[in-house]
Amino acid sequence: MSDIVIKTEDLGKQYKIGAVINRSPTLRDSIMDMFRWPGRALRGELKSSTDMIWALQDVSFEVQRGQVIGVIGRNGAGKSTLLKILSRITEPSTGYARITGRVGSLLEVGTGFNQELTGRENIFLNGAILGMKRREITKKFDEIVEFSGVEKFIDTPVKRYSSGMYLRLAFSVAAHLEPEILVVDEVLAVGDAEFQRKCLGKMSDVAQEGRTVLFVSHNMSAVLRLTDEAIVLDRGKMVHRAPTQEAVEFYMSSGYSQTSERLWQESEIPASAHPFRPIAMRVIDPRGHSGDTMRSIEPLTIEMEYEIEEAIQGLRVGIYLLTIRGDLVFVSFDTDSPQEYDRFGTREPGRYISRCQIPADFFNEGQYVLGINASSYRVKRYFQDEHALTFSVDTMGAPGKQWPEVRMGTVRPRLNWQIEEQPF
Amino acid sequence: MLKPSKGWVSLNLGDLWRYRELVYFLTWRDILVRYKQTLLGAAWAIINPLMQMVVFNFLFGNMANISTGDIPRPVFTFAALLPWNLFSNAIGNAGRSLVTNRNMITKVYFPRLVVPISSVFGGLVDFMIAFVILLGMMVYYQVQFTSTVWALLPFILLVLVASLGVGLWLSAWNLHYRDVRYFIPFMTQFWMLATPIAYPLSEIPAQWQTLYSVNPMVAVAEGFRWALAGGSPVEPFALMSSIIISLILLVSGLFYFRRMERTFADTV
Repeated sequence: MSDIVIKTEDLGKQYKIGAVINRSPTLRDSIMDMFRWPGRALRGELKSSTDMIWALQDVSFEVQRGQVIGVIGRNGAGKSTLLKILSRITEPSTGYARITGRVGSLLEVGTGFNQELTGRENIFLNGAILGMKRREITKKFDEIVEFSGVEKFIDTPVKRYSSGMYLRLAFSVAAHLEPEILVVDEVLAVGDAEFQRKCLGKMSDVAQEGRTVLFVSHNMSAVLRLTDEAIVLDRGKMVHRAPTQEAVEFYMSSGYSQTSERLWQESEIPASAHPFRPIAMRVIDPRGHSGDTMRSIEPLTIEMEYEIEEAIQGLRVGIYLLTIRGDLVFVSFDTDSPQEYDRFGTREPGRYISRCQIPADFFNEGQYVLGINASSYRVKRYFQDEHALTFSVDTMGAPGKQWPEVRMGTVRPRLNWQIEEQPF
Repeated sequence: MLKPSKGWVSLNLGDLWRYRELVYFLTWRDILVRYKQTLLGAAWAIINPLMQMVVFNFLFGNMANISTGDIPRPVFTFAALLPWNLFSNAIGNAGRSLVTNRNMITKVYFPRLVVPISSVFGGLVDFMIAFVILLGMMVYYQVQFTSTVWALLPFILLVLVASLGVGLWLSAWNLHYRDVRYFIPFMTQFWMLATPIAYPLSEIPAQWQTLYSVNPMVAVAEGFRWALAGGSPVEPFALMSSIIISLILLVSGLFYFRRMERTFADTV
C-alpha cells in the first residue's frame, strides 16, 4: 500500500463573481435568460457572461501518512477553498484529489450547534454532524465535558453560555474526532490564550499518533510549532513548499514588508463589507512620510482611510497589532476615547480618516503586522483584514548607550523609572 | 477520489446508509427545538388540525351542506387532515431545509440527502400526537374501530414517500431560486383544496375523477378514512395512481437532488 494519503493533481476551483454574490438568482432571472437564449437554456447552459475567478488553480502536491502540513497564505489566497475541496464540501472544477482514509474537517467549531439545546444535546448533535457514531460519542462524552471545563452548565441551553464557554465546548467535541486525516482551518484564532494552548497541545498529540494533519493558520507561531512542512498559497496558486521554517520565511518576505501603505482594490472588498468601504491604511513618521521602516525613538501615526456609503450605528474602526510571528500585541478602536465615542454614535455617509498615534519608545526592534477591523459591537463585522500591512521598526539611535542589547518581548516601552537613594 | 462530476450521478445510497445516525440526530434536533421554542409546545400539534377542522366543518357542513355518509363530520374531516398535515408540513420543512441548514452545508461534508429526509421525519411526532386526539374523538362519537386499521401503516408510508419526493425537488430549487419559499405556502393551499379532506371523493363529477386522482394525496385521504372508520374502500385506480406518482416523485427527486448537490455549498 502506498503511503501517500493525499495526492492532488492540477486541482482548481472556479467561482462566479459579480451580481451572484450579492443575491441568489431568482426564477425571474432564469426565465429571462431562457427567453434571451432559448437554445442555450435548453441545453442547460445558463451561464451568462458573469466573470469567473479562479479561487484555486493548478495545485498539485502529495502528503504522506503521518505528515503534519501547514497551509499559509493571505486572505483570499485559496486556503479555505483547498480545505473545502479536500473535505468534500465542494467539488473541484478541474483536476483531482485522491484521498486514502477518513477525513475529519474542522473548518469551524460548533457547526450545527443550536442555541436552544443544552450543552449535552449539542455534544451529540455536533459529534454526529462531524461524522462520529453515537456509540463513539457516548464513550467519549465524559472526556469531552472534562476537556471543555463546562461540567456545571452541561444541562443549560448554550444560549446562556458566555462566548468563551461556547467555544470551549465546541472545540472539545472537535478535538475528540479520530479521523485518519484531519483538516483544520483557522479555528484556534478564537478563545482565550490558556485554552488555545490546551488545544494546540491536543493537536500535537493527534500528530504524534501518526495521523495526517493539514493545518491552516495565520498564527505563524502555531504553524511553526505544529507542522513539519508548509505550503504557501498566493492568489490561488501554490508558490512554495518547504520545511516550515523556510516556508514561513519565504511567505514573510514575499508580498509583505514592501510598503507601509496598503490600498484596497475594489475586488479585494467582499460584498458583505457594504456600506463600509476601506480605502487605505498607512503608517506615517513625524515628518509625514510613509515608509516601511519606522524608528523606535519617534512616535508614529497609523491612519485608516475609508468611506461610509450608508449611515452605520455604533461603528468602530480599529487596528490589530501583531508581531511578524502572528502573536497579537494589542487591539485598539477609534471610539475608545469617550469624546469620539459620543461624537460618532452614528457615522453618517462620507469619507473618513481615523488616526492614532503610538508613542515613541514603544516598539521593539523587528517587524510588525497591522490588521484592520470595522464592526458594530455584537451586531455586524463589516470588514476585517488581519494582515493589512507590515512595517519594520529600527532601534537605531535609541536613547544612548543605556539600551545596549536587544530586549526580549514583543514591545520595548520606555517606562518612567525613578531611582531613589535611601539614606541608611 | 475527488474530481469534477458531470451529468447525472449515481444515488450513492451506501453513503447515506453510513450516515443514518445523522438522520436520527437531525430529526431529534428539529423536534426538540420546535417544542422548546414554542410556548405551547406540543399543544400546537393538536390546536392546528382542530382549528382547521372547525373551519372546514363550518364551510362544507353548515354552508355547503355536503354529506359525509355514516361517519360523523368531525371524525371524517380530522381523519383526512392528519395525513394531509403530515404531508404539508413535510414538504414545507423539507423545502426550506437546505437553506436553514446552510451553515452545516458549507462547513462539513455529509450526504446532503440527510437534511430533507430528517425534516420529513420530524413531522411524525406531531402526527402521532394528533392521532391520539383522533382516537379520542372516535371514542366520543362512538365510531366503531374496523379490522382495517393496519392499512394505516402503508398509507403513512405513502405520505412519506410522496412528501419526500416533492420535498427533494423543492429543497434543491429553493437553493437556486429563493422564490420557491414564497411559492410553497401557495402551492400547499391549492393542493389542499384539491384533496378530499372535508368532502368525499364521490362529490367530484365522475368525468373529472380520473384527472383528480393524479394527486397522490387523494387515495391517502380516502384511505385513512376507510382504514379508521370503514365505508367504501379506495378506488383501485386512485390507489394505483397514488403509488405510482409518489414513486415517480421520489425517484426523480432523488436523482435531481443528487445532480444539483455538487453546487450546493457554492450557491447556498
